[in-house]
Amino acid sequence: MPIKFPFSRRAAPSDAWTKCPICDAQVFNKQLERNQRLCPSCGHHFRMSVGERIDLLLDPDSFEERDAGLESVDRLGFHDDRPYIDRLEASRIKTGLRDAVVWGIGTIDGQRVAIGIFDFRFMGGSMGSVVGEKLARCFETALAERIPAIVVSASGGARMQEGTLSLMQLAKTVAPLVRLDAAGIPFIAVLTDPTTGGVLASFASLGDVIVAEPKALIGFAGARVASDTVGEEMPEGFQSAEFLLAHGFVDAIVPRSELRSSLSRLLRLLRAAPADDGQAIGPERPWGPIGAISGLAERLGGAVSETIGIDVEAQSDGNGKTPSVEKEEAR
Amino acid sequence: MSDAPLLDRVDSPNAVAADEAWRRVQLARHPQRPRTLDLVPLIFDGFFELRGDRAFGDDPAIVAGPATLDGVPVMVVGHQKGTDTESNILRNFGSPHPEGFRKAQRVMRLADKLGMPIITFLDTAGAFPGPAAEERGQAEAIASSIKLMTGLQVPIVVVILGEGGSGGALAIGVGDVVLSLENAVYSVISPEGCASILWRSRDEARTAAAAMRMTADDQVDLGVVDAIVAEPGEGAHTDHPATASALKSAIVSAMRRLSGSDTSELLATRYARLRGMGAYLETGAGSTGRPELPSLRRRIGRILHLPGVPRRPRWSEIWPSDVADEENERGA
Repeated sequence: MPIKFPFSRRAAPSDAWTKCPICDAQVFNKQLERNQRLCPSCGHHFRMSVGERIDLLLDPDSFEERDAGLESVDRLGFHDDRPYIDRLEASRIKTGLRDAVVWGIGTIDGQRVAIGIFDFRFMGGSMGSVVGEKLARCFETALAERIPAIVVSASGGARMQEGTLSLMQLAKTVAPLVRLDAAGIPFIAVLTDPTTGGVLASFASLGDVIVAEPKALIGFAGARVASDTVGEEMPEGFQSAEFLLAHGFVDAIVPRSELRSSLSRLLRLLRAAPADDGQAIGPERPWGPIGAISGLAERLGGAVSETIGIDVEAQSDGNGKTPSVEKEEAR
Repeated sequence: MSDAPLLDRVDSPNAVAADEAWRRVQLARHPQRPRTLDLVPLIFDGFFELRGDRAFGDDPAIVAGPATLDGVPVMVVGHQKGTDTESNILRNFGSPHPEGFRKAQRVMRLADKLGMPIITFLDTAGAFPGPAAEERGQAEAIASSIKLMTGLQVPIVVVILGEGGSGGALAIGVGDVVLSLENAVYSVISPEGCASILWRSRDEARTAAAAMRMTADDQVDLGVVDAIVAEPGEGAHTDHPATASALKSAIVSAMRRLSGSDTSELLATRYARLRGMGAYLETGAGSTGRPELPSLRRRIGRILHLPGVPRRPRWSEIWPSDVADEENERGA
């Protein structure tokens, strides 16, 4: 059941322009939409909807949504000044989404990826059972299909309305990453404004490569919680992408205009390892010098792979394992 | 999240639940409640504390080391709160910094290497927030602890002693069996933190405590905790030895249950346990708005811009930004 008619445009947008929080420039919304939601005068990165992210990052018409039918339920009967169910409904109407993450399979310059994308507008991108389940399935599909996984995060953290069930999503999203490691499948985390709390304290900090958008707020504890606890004001910018880069927790800060091409380059460099026939899940993989060469050969493809492949098989038999030397085509 | 007046809860059934939840929170935080180092000598023999994360320093908010349980070598890891002002300052009130979690990781890796079962004790208000912790990667430390524990090839028994405070608790709280003392609590955020975000007032902590269903009974109901260990008398603080002996028999029986499975079975069961956490509905519905894949004619028509073939909508048209309505909702 479509929640929002797909082709409807808002008849009269409530505001035709937005004020840039950084440089105070008045920016026409149309202009923002055309300009990757970047402020034309100062380059401030406005938050993006999940639809805009898909269009930004993936090849046109390549994205196929998966598990769209997952819906949150109110297991706790949570009620603050509004019932959780009402908050969910309000977010659904506002965004046209069923929950804060959309995941699916798509291509970036023809390279197939399993990708999960957060939408901050849906209850602050908070991670409850549905978000956790979708991301776990995203990782598990990446494992099964031997394609890289990407998650673009924008989240305030765990969804308090689901109590410890939301806390458990930290473990649920992290557990498949152990299997990706064993199977040699890369995972790229893209941190966008904001990525905090339980989302940063789980899969988002565990990317094989972690990239962040400029000036994104990225941190563990909210500044208010931190200053309440510590009893002092937090220094300026102590939870920014730049701060994390300086302290060694992200690999690169990538402006939005280069995000797609950077991901494409990374995907070309970090390929899924060739399948270990029937042994995909297991900590040990033959990875001596010959294994490395065969990995390289597989990447180069063609006759080289066949010649070297025989050696690898012979060696691997000695380890009681018989990894496939068949060319594993990632797409 | 408006500032609407709160309902008057006097005489409402919620008030009873709030009182009970708050009573449990107070017991879990009781200053005389047994801490990890109070219980370890009563449950184990020959505990040898290992210190330092081998990278930055030693965090006294987490204690770890080998010991024997009925003669069997095991690894013990736990949060450590203080018992008075002085020891609480030393222990940072049981709130670890990243080096605490990294010490725990290092010690758990040693257990993995030597095939020793791991027993962890949870008792923290949460991982420490603050610039120093952020600087050294608090979130990364928690995330990598969780990841390590999901893959360890030895049995892990988790015991919630007092406060199970969010990610700081879960960082040493991923296991095959999760036990909870009767009056322990477990939550995604402290009741005060939840109240200050959702109710805009820390004074609503008791309401938040009830709403988050953080008592041990609630955790069993949610499938997060496997079994409750009864406390003596008015609570664990009244009798440490009795508490330790109840815990010991629960731990031993959990260990006995786990010792039957081989490594791959253990890991598969642990994975399934984590994977099954959560509550959601799954309908057969497809994508929210995306139409079915078009016919070949339509696809070609789109490429060639043939008349009569509508352009496929872009995803940003299906899920556009609503610029005027950027609300700052918060999570934990």
